[in-house]
Amino acid sequence: MLNDVDRIFTNLYGRHDPFLAGARKRGDWDGTKDILARGQEAIIEEIKAAGLRGRGGAGFPAGVKWSFMPKQEGPRPHYLVVNADEGEPGTCKDRDILRHDPHKLVEGCLIAGFAMRAHVAYIYIRGEFFREAEALQRAIDEAYDAGLIGPDSCGSGWQMDVYLHRGAGAYICGEETALLQSLEGKKGQPRLKPPFPAGVGLYGCPTTVNNVETIACAPTILRRGGDWFAALGRPNNSGTKIFCISGHVNRPCNVEEEMGIPLRELIERHAGGVRGGWDNLLAIIPGGASVPLLPKSICDDVLMDFDSLKEVRSGLGTAAVMVMDKSTDVVRAIHRLSQFYKHESCGQCTPCREGTGWLMRVMERLVSGEAEVEEIDLLEEVTRQIEGHTICALGDAAAWPIQGLIRHFRPELERRILARKRRISPGAAA
Amino acid sequence: MPKCTIDGIEIEVEPGTTVLQAAERLGIEIPRFCYHERLAIAGNCRMCLVEVSPGPPKPAASCALPVGDGMTIKTDSPMVVKARRAVMEFLLINHPLDCPICDQGGECDLQDQAMAYGRDRSRFGEMKRAVPDKDMGPLVGTHMTRCIQCTRCIRFITDIAGVPELGATGRGEGMEITTYVEKALTSELSGNIIDLCPVGALTNKPYAFKARPWELHHTESIDVLDAVGSNVFLDTRGNEVLRAMPRLNEGINEEWLADKSRFAVDGLSRRRLDRPWVRRDGKLIEASWSEALAAVAEAAKGLKGEQMAALAGDQADCEAMFALKSLFQSLGSPHLDCRQDGAALDPTCRAGYLFNTTIAGIEQADAILLIGTDPRREAPILNARIGKRWRAGGCPIGVIGPQTELTYKVRHLGSGPADLADLAAGKGDFLKVLKDAERPMIVLGMGALARPDGAAILAQARALAEAVGAAGGNWAGFNVLHTAAARVGGLDLGFVPGAGGRDLAGIVKGAGEGAIKLLYLLGADEIDMDALGKAFVVYQGHHGDAGARRADVILPGAAYSEKPATYVNTEGRVQRTRRAAHPPGQGREDWAILRALSEHLLPAPLPFDSLAELRRAMVAEVPHLAREDHIEPAVWGTFGQPGETGGEPFMSPVKTYYTTCPISRASPTMAACVAEILGQGTASQEERTGTDG
Repeated sequence: MLNDVDRIFTNLYGRHDPFLAGARKRGDWDGTKDILARGQEAIIEEIKAAGLRGRGGAGFPAGVKWSFMPKQEGPRPHYLVVNADEGEPGTCKDRDILRHDPHKLVEGCLIAGFAMRAHVAYIYIRGEFFREAEALQRAIDEAYDAGLIGPDSCGSGWQMDVYLHRGAGAYICGEETALLQSLEGKKGQPRLKPPFPAGVGLYGCPTTVNNVETIACAPTILRRGGDWFAALGRPNNSGTKIFCISGHVNRPCNVEEEMGIPLRELIERHAGGVRGGWDNLLAIIPGGASVPLLPKSICDDVLMDFDSLKEVRSGLGTAAVMVMDKSTDVVRAIHRLSQFYKHESCGQCTPCREGTGWLMRVMERLVSGEAEVEEIDLLEEVTRQIEGHTICALGDAAAWPIQGLIRHFRPELERRILARKRRISPGAAA
Repeated sequence: MPKCTIDGIEIEVEPGTTVLQAAERLGIEIPRFCYHERLAIAGNCRMCLVEVSPGPPKPAASCALPVGDGMTIKTDSPMVVKARRAVMEFLLINHPLDCPICDQGGECDLQDQAMAYGRDRSRFGEMKRAVPDKDMGPLVGTHMTRCIQCTRCIRFITDIAGVPELGATGRGEGMEITTYVEKALTSELSGNIIDLCPVGALTNKPYAFKARPWELHHTESIDVLDAVGSNVFLDTRGNEVLRAMPRLNEGINEEWLADKSRFAVDGLSRRRLDRPWVRRDGKLIEASWSEALAAVAEAAKGLKGEQMAALAGDQADCEAMFALKSLFQSLGSPHLDCRQDGAALDPTCRAGYLFNTTIAGIEQADAILLIGTDPRREAPILNARIGKRWRAGGCPIGVIGPQTELTYKVRHLGSGPADLADLAAGKGDFLKVLKDAERPMIVLGMGALARPDGAAILAQARALAEAVGAAGGNWAGFNVLHTAAARVGGLDLGFVPGAGGRDLAGIVKGAGEGAIKLLYLLGADEIDMDALGKAFVVYQGHHGDAGARRADVILPGAAYSEKPATYVNTEGRVQRTRRAAHPPGQGREDWAILRALSEHLLPAPLPFDSLAELRRAMVAEVPHLAREDHIEPAVWGTFGQPGETGGEPFMSPVKTYYTTCPISRASPTMAACVAEILGQGTASQEERTGTDG
């Protein structure tokens, strides 16, 4: 279990003052000038040494990402874009950072922006986060007023401007290139990669897009050292992480924990255990709607980090743990996710545009068993036809929950189909 | 230069070449829907997936993937075939499969590729999607349920036509191509989205349900509805031209076609002059050819040469003008003019009336000045090239003349001759822009020349061109943008007043005053017919328009689609039409009519009995007319007439883009465009929507 001294987000629950005075008490903005004085390369090296992997879902090493930015400022400005369009179902970690610890993010913008030679940071915040946007804007204003950011940020001589931009409610705008499109005022649709944003990003300029949590971690890592961060968790899966535990648990919560904590321990220690006890567990979606669910047998001993979950053919994603006990209609639960992806597909790529609707409709029938057994294989094949064939990962995200369902709950699907057949024509299916 | 291996064949390509392009160079065709070589890359249809190593273990879109050194690409591996079959299945699940009633049937990319990658039956048991059709105006018909969301139309209208009128609303399955609010497309190039649409979602509205592509006979020809000379296919069934399609010519229209050229073809079968007419007692009476020709001979009897005059219209072909000129020279008349708009074009110096930069050359220009022209309406294809150049960046465009929306950003520097004089005198900074440019272009329109002070403006523009280095050196930057397909040919042939001859104004004035007793109009309809007084008017042409109404004798000729004929476009490029249909009724090819008439008027008929003989005689006089698709370079010289200029602002001669000639005026489609797109001619917007109370 994570020791309190190793927590980064010490006001996750909003028990203290979220704004500048409170943030300073918690250590934010302490020695920021000295951190900047270390220079760009040193900061990036420190982040690399910490082994900080992106907290938005894909888990790409943040330090490496920052190092992709051009080493010299050319005629085109550099941009840092912070993805605060937290829309992944089950995920609410950035929200607590934004409303209870916004200065961590603002300070992170300065440090990360400095490291990648950007003078401008845009924070693209989910439109529904109205109060959060107010809190963050207040924090930004405070930082300007205190000279922490602005023309001479923290007295370092570095100009840093931070702008807040509110989204308009599309899940796809959480995809980094769709976010850039949206930020430019265009229809939120993912762009082709290559070129990657580090070369051609916002307004065609070098850009790095990072998750809120990634950026908010950075100042603490630099203050306490990459070694400290790397020592937490497991190799290549280091540091702390905010887990969002929801569903059939006794006390749903957000909690910052060490990476690699066993899933069972995470739930029992922080969320008061599964409703009706661990044996009442049916399945868990460990990382937000996009990753395949895990049946209880795997949940018993799986560790919560990128590589462990990958080994069991799921993923850490945003670390949004959704717990389903045995009262859950698991087919209907996955059908609900299929509805979500059908609704949120941008419509650009053929497989996703056409396939998500197909998946949803077959899933709808599977809920009541109104299908043929062979259609389970067809459904599986359709998910394979979508997966990996689209510009962005939304197609994959739509496919994986269904693949997980078929992998672990195929007998349940077949049972429903056969049960319905027996119901409508007793004798025929005998 | 990166080297890669595609299906086992090694190829070295320029950096930046995409895998799809490299494969094409090797003759390996990769199926695609959204990719089009002249449009921005979208990469959304996912049909062009290929297997690439090294790389992630999933297929990549070849249209958007630049070739990297050492790449190994497979375009027919099991993974690729599987992926393409998958994409095809997805495209078809919500496609209505109504090919038997679809206009695209037989020339449909989806149909063709479904033959290669489609399943023989559907695995999709759910309800198909239906999408409401959109009203995009009188030209583009929509069947949006067929749409596969490739977005080619959006990219064309936005990036090439330059009017952001199409876009997508909704997302996922609900994504629809739309004009946002229901309105007609206003682009003059809107018809091209019909060709670009890989399925039958956007179709040719006037042509809807008329014919199947395999019933059509394609004739390679030239368009004459503007002076650009776009290359076209005229598609006929029987003797009717059912549609015009663009034909690739990189030098002129690339693969686009302007709407008037494409859609006015239904005017070819309406209001046609299909027999000779002779006016007796003030009324036009049907006549036979011999009666009509005799009537002309009767009227010409006893007239001296200088009492006769001839005008050539906007669509007259070189052969007919040559024959008419020969006829009138033999009759001793010096009164000839092919400039029926009265433009002060100087026939003595060819560089003074050509678009010397050439249309393709626009892409090299780095500063452009438009004087008295509205290229968007006068020559949409050429305007698209200017737009293409502007969008590439680094090419400021100044305008002196009408202030219209040209689909790219311009600096409006003024509207009349005084502003031109100011610019030449260095007021403002645009003179410096032109001088600093390496390849400045000056485009002079008919709006600046077809006016009393035209010759002075021509001289001024020449001086400006010389001053900014647009002429005289290696770069030919002085350009005249014509509005009539016949004009350059007429000037090349010298269809202009001979020694002591009258020009347009003189001829009209002479006719009004009685000095000209016989006026021969070769398809000339745009002059003031009421000013011709008592002159005996012979109208030779193909449509019952202004000229025919005034005529005393009508000789039915052939439209451009009905004769093999030579035209010279505004660049000076010699091109030929080919016969796609026969003239209706008793209509004849124009040179043959003149040849027949000469037997009645001259002691010895014109010395050619066939088109070949005529062309031989014509080429003997104007040698470059023999070289098809060739631009004879023009030598810079002195032209124009320095003098006083007036104060009137320059106005474009094209007031209504859709109706500029007898063919387009006879076209119901063009009439619908005028009503719906320009909102003229019918009830006003308020009346139509019922919001006028």
